[in-house]
Amino acid sequence: MGAVIILLLCLAALFASLFAPYSPTGQNLDEGLRGPTREHLFGQDKLGRDILSRIIYGSRVSLKVGILTVGISLFIGLIIGSIAGYCGGIIDDVIMRIIDIFMAFPGILLAIAMMAVLGPSLNNVILALCLLGWVGYARLVRGQILSVKEFDFVTAAKALGARPHRIILKHLLPNIFSPVIVQATFGMAGAIVAEAGLSFLGLGTQPPMPSWGAMLNEGMEFILVSPYLTIFPGLAIMIVVLGFNFLGDGIRDILDPKFYEKGH
Amino acid sequence: MVPVILGVYTIVFMIIHFIPGDPVDLILGETARPSDREFLRQELGLDKPVLDQYVSSMLRAARGDMGRSLHTNQPVLTTILKRVPATVELTIGAMIVAVLIALPLGIIAALKQYSYFDNGSMFFALLGISMPNFWLGPLLIILFSIKLGWFPVSGRGGIEYLILPAITLGTALAAILTRMIRSSLLEVKKEDYITFARAKGLREVLVIGKHALSNALIPVVTIMGLQFGALLSGSIITETIFSWPGIGRLTIQAIQTRDYPLVQGCVLVLALSYVLINFLTDLVYGFIDPRIRYE
Repeated sequence: MGAVIILLLCLAALFASLFAPYSPTGQNLDEGLRGPTREHLFGQDKLGRDILSRIIYGSRVSLKVGILTVGISLFIGLIIGSIAGYCGGIIDDVIMRIIDIFMAFPGILLAIAMMAVLGPSLNNVILALCLLGWVGYARLVRGQILSVKEFDFVTAAKALGARPHRIILKHLLPNIFSPVIVQATFGMAGAIVAEAGLSFLGLGTQPPMPSWGAMLNEGMEFILVSPYLTIFPGLAIMIVVLGFNFLGDGIRDILDPKFYEKGH
Repeated sequence: MVPVILGVYTIVFMIIHFIPGDPVDLILGETARPSDREFLRQELGLDKPVLDQYVSSMLRAARGDMGRSLHTNQPVLTTILKRVPATVELTIGAMIVAVLIALPLGIIAALKQYSYFDNGSMFFALLGISMPNFWLGPLLIILFSIKLGWFPVSGRGGIEYLILPAITLGTALAAILTRMIRSSLLEVKKEDYITFARAKGLREVLVIGKHALSNALIPVVTIMGLQFGALLSGSIITETIFSWPGIGRLTIQAIQTRDYPLVQGCVLVLALSYVLINFLTDLVYGFIDPRIRYE
């Protein structure tokens, strides 16, 4: 179920120009704020742009933010978490204190503060979300490495004279793969919602780029006369988030540690 | 707790002070008169070395002086404190909504595991977690304010103004709590002391109400404390939707008007209250679960 939704999202993003009936930025001021019609299934915004086409193109923004944010955060989190977990001692203490400080900012507050200073743009959104995102992965990776590194095969590798980076890359990381991939899947949903939230607040992507959050922001202006401007972009966000949540649950069930141990 | 507070302050200071470009240019625009620029520079303390600014502003902040708003010239702290009651009202409202929904749903779902009701509650929980509040809020406005006319669209006043924002902010928490209460109660139901309570002939209402619930709710309290952060950051969006005059809306307004001292103050106050709530949750936890005190 989740995989199907995500597959559709990827297809929509990749082949947006094939699926979208109109250009996402093509204006038609005569038809501004028209409700859903046979030609424009989801209606048109204040500039007469086709909502359906903008939602289809908007999937590119969401997918880009999700993939880049999770990819970069995961990369940084893996490195810092591995170092903290493997080295232990003072290095671990210092890294954990820094993580505590980042965790002290509720939700996307830190990203909001960053956007206030950096100015709104898609790249800045990704930058701000990465600054926030690595923390969760670093904590997870550290915790997992702490438990895996006590196993005999790690001691054996050490006894054979393997260097730390080899032990981390070849012996530790492959063994903590499952919880990390589950968290990354949920992280995609989180990143997409966070981008939409920032754009909704006017701190994210800027017009005319079709982002679902920015479309909701524009919709609020006309909520009294044109509620469909709000309904459809939000529906798109929720379906995609549900998709990633389903996918995350599904992957977790497949990679469940108990199931995993039985398999070996 | 103190190192975390210092760290939070340092990060906020760094974000605000390593703005690419000159903050004076950002605030006044590049066409401002040199005398105005010089005045603002001194006013913000930007003529001093960065380390000096860092230490002196931190000492001032510790005494409650966070500078003045660039637009109203009011002290930042006074401006923020005026907005506190609205945000507290909204977050408490959201918590009440969350508990009112989650408690019955979670308990009944756990008692009737795998029933239609259970599946329904779990579907609600999944929906509540996946539905962003910046969509739920406008949907509620469309349905209850515009179509049905039951509640006002925005603003703050009597209880009728609070209901929609509180539902908007509280739904995600309700969803998380429903899942939590259900799984926690399912765990506890298997314990020996529950079997014992049943075996001695206690009525089912008392078994669940007195023995099972009081134990099942312990982890729920921690989750509520941790989720308070989500409520705080969610209040930024909710307050913007409903024009609710709290700290969250103030933060966004300060950002839009580039009022950097005010932005810094708002972010600091929000982050510090989150740290404080977490600290208090730890204390409360010790009270309701005696096992922790003994360890």
